[in-house]
Amino acid sequence: MKKTIFTLLVLLTTVAFAQNSREKGYDIGAIATDFKLKNIDGKSVSLSDFKDAKGFIVVFTCNTCPYAVAYEDRIEALNKKYAAKGYPVIAIMPNNVKTKPGDSMKAMQIRAKEKGFTFPYLMDADQSIYPQYGATKTPHIYILESTDLGPVVQYIGAIDDNYKDAALVKTKYVENAVDALLNGVAFEVHKTKAIGCSIKL
Amino acid sequence: MKYLLVLVILLNLACKSDQKDPIILEVHDFTGIAPYLELKGSKTYVVNFWATWCAPCVKELPHFETLQENYSDSVEVILVSLDFPHQYETKLKPFIQKYNLKSKVVVLDDPDMNSWIPKVDPQWDGAIPVTLIYNASKRLFYSRTFTYKELESELKTFFKNL
Repeated sequence: MKKTIFTLLVLLTTVAFAQNSREKGYDIGAIATDFKLKNIDGKSVSLSDFKDAKGFIVVFTCNTCPYAVAYEDRIEALNKKYAAKGYPVIAIMPNNVKTKPGDSMKAMQIRAKEKGFTFPYLMDADQSIYPQYGATKTPHIYILESTDLGPVVQYIGAIDDNYKDAALVKTKYVENAVDALLNGVAFEVHKTKAIGCSIKL
Repeated sequence: MKYLLVLVILLNLACKSDQKDPIILEVHDFTGIAPYLELKGSKTYVVNFWATWCAPCVKELPHFETLQENYSDSVEVILVSLDFPHQYETKLKPFIQKYNLKSKVVVLDDPDMNSWIPKVDPQWDGAIPVTLIYNASKRLFYSRTFTYKELESELKTFFKNL
């Protein structure tokens, strides 16, 4: 009997913690969920499609937020630099398009064409994925490392330390993290605060 | 005498054109904004971080104006704009003029966000809008939007629990 109660307590605590972490999203070391989201080309994309990926640069972003727009070219540059090395960019648009018609699938397609995006630009159409990650704004970056257990969260935050001007950047947080992961060495900055537009419900 | 009259008219005209003063923006990096987050006066300070392009911010902005108007004796509202410099003339100034903003507007222009977001509040993840309500002895941070009722009720609770 005692044992049953103990087990029950442990279970309850586990459930409570699990719910808590779901509300707040991932911390460093969490196993990130895979997803199946529609890309701008009409096909569905999942992390598991990328059999040889060493990891992913997951970017919650959109068309309509000025901070996201300021980072568009830098996101494309990240994909150009790191996709071939095993860390492709996967962009996910998390906004409710009824609130933000400028982020509709059509608008995403147009923007991707204008800017020549070479990465998947997916829509979190039922807004079920970004809360699991704990994304709160655009742009919001999650670097995942592929492991036997699944994709492990290694970095959360900003791309670099200057949203206004790429030329004035001093610290490239995302590049530093991915370079370290590729080289198999430890790195200091796993979390930064990024300014952004709140995700629209 | 005639000259005096002309002079008076001229002065009047000069005054009138003065009233249509162009808006002069107060733009700072975070070092310049920080004092507005640490004011030591007798009032309660309500600081809202917003931008003209941020729809939920613009929606709740009138409520901060109303709060300033209704509690002018005890509250000072400070609106910290995060508009981009290239939109000061095209967006921000016209917005201030159009809505005839009475609260104090200051502009934060500091691209090294990771250095200052945690200094505003450790809880802030960087999404706007956010609001601080503080006085000399107490400080609350809100990562949410407000209706006027909600904002006033937060303020009343703030006063009650002093």
